[in-house]
Amino acid sequence: MIIRIMGEGQFDVPDDAVATLNELDSSVERAVEAGDEAAFRGALASLIEGVRSAGAPVPADSLSGSELILPHEESTLDEVRALLDDDGLIPG
Amino acid sequence: MSIMKRMGMIFRAKANKALDRAEDPRETLDYSYQRQIEMLTKVRRGVADVATSRKRVELQISQLQAQMAKLTQQAEQALTQKREDLAREALTRKSGLQSQITDLQTQHDQLQGEEEKLTVASKRLEAKVEAFRTRKETIKATYTAAQAQTQINEAFSGISEEMGDVGMAIQRAEDKTQQMQARAGAIDELLASGALEDASGSGTDDISRELQAMSTQSDVESELAALKAKADPELASSQTSGELGAAQPAEPAADAAEHAPQAEGEAQS
Repeated sequence: MIIRIMGEGQFDVPDDAVATLNELDSSVERAVEAGDEAAFRGALASLIEGVRSAGAPVPADSLSGSELILPHEESTLDEVRALLDDDGLIPG
Repeated sequence: MSIMKRMGMIFRAKANKALDRAEDPRETLDYSYQRQIEMLTKVRRGVADVATSRKRVELQISQLQAQMAKLTQQAEQALTQKREDLAREALTRKSGLQSQITDLQTQHDQLQGEEEKLTVASKRLEAKVEAFRTRKETIKATYTAAQAQTQINEAFSGISEEMGDVGMAIQRAEDKTQQMQARAGAIDELLASGALEDASGSGTDDISRELQAMSTQSDVESELAALKAKADPELASSQTSGELGAAQPAEPAADAAEHAPQAEGEAQS
């Protein structure tokens, strides 16, 4: 499964690693819903680290789309909310 | 729903929306390629802009460091002239500059980080655009409009996602650069107005003036002393010649000579 970390690139993550990543993703989601900035930062960092260590970088000249996309490492809660709520933010 | 899934869907929706606009999907290939080239130009310009800001901060750091060195020198100079108050003032100003430099150093590191990220993003986009160009020609040459759709969708999703990602990375870098430029501008203004120069002593500030005044004063004193030393022996010799000169002892002799004939005359008469 191809996962993009924004600002960093795409990673090809083996399917058996996805379950662990989903757990990490759930804590990110909970932090976003709770509006807990500190918890969000920590959870996002763990999730990103998980993708990096489980996945292999996709070659730069690949034209494959990603199934999952992660906000960049320094994202704030507000930035992520804006990304999710307002699709006008993403230049298309 | 999962954050990762939602973000993925949003990006895909964007890509599909762009594709839906054209009647013949093959038309979107050239249009998209144009946009990719524009984005490449934009990201390269972004790298250059961040580099410019980074160099500006580097210049400011070296200017402030030069001023700190000057203040240290002034403090030493003040101490040799036994002006602890001035030395203290110079060192106080120096510590003020140190915090400015630390702040600029942080900014510099951030800009450098942005520059590196954008450079990598630029290379990645470049590789994808080139891959897209090749694929685009193949699709246009080999497939009918109906067949092309799937091929285009495939080629499109990756590049569209990359463009969105790079676009936002450029935006972030621009935001950071702008914030820093405002602060760098403030420091440039301070440097230009002389306020920092004044606080750091680049020659016209009060510490320099006082040190200069003191050294001028001591120059005057030492030159005066030198002149005195030079002048003293002359003065001494002129005084000696005045008191013990040949003219004076000659006078009694002349008197004597004058008096003598008188005396002789008197004696004779």
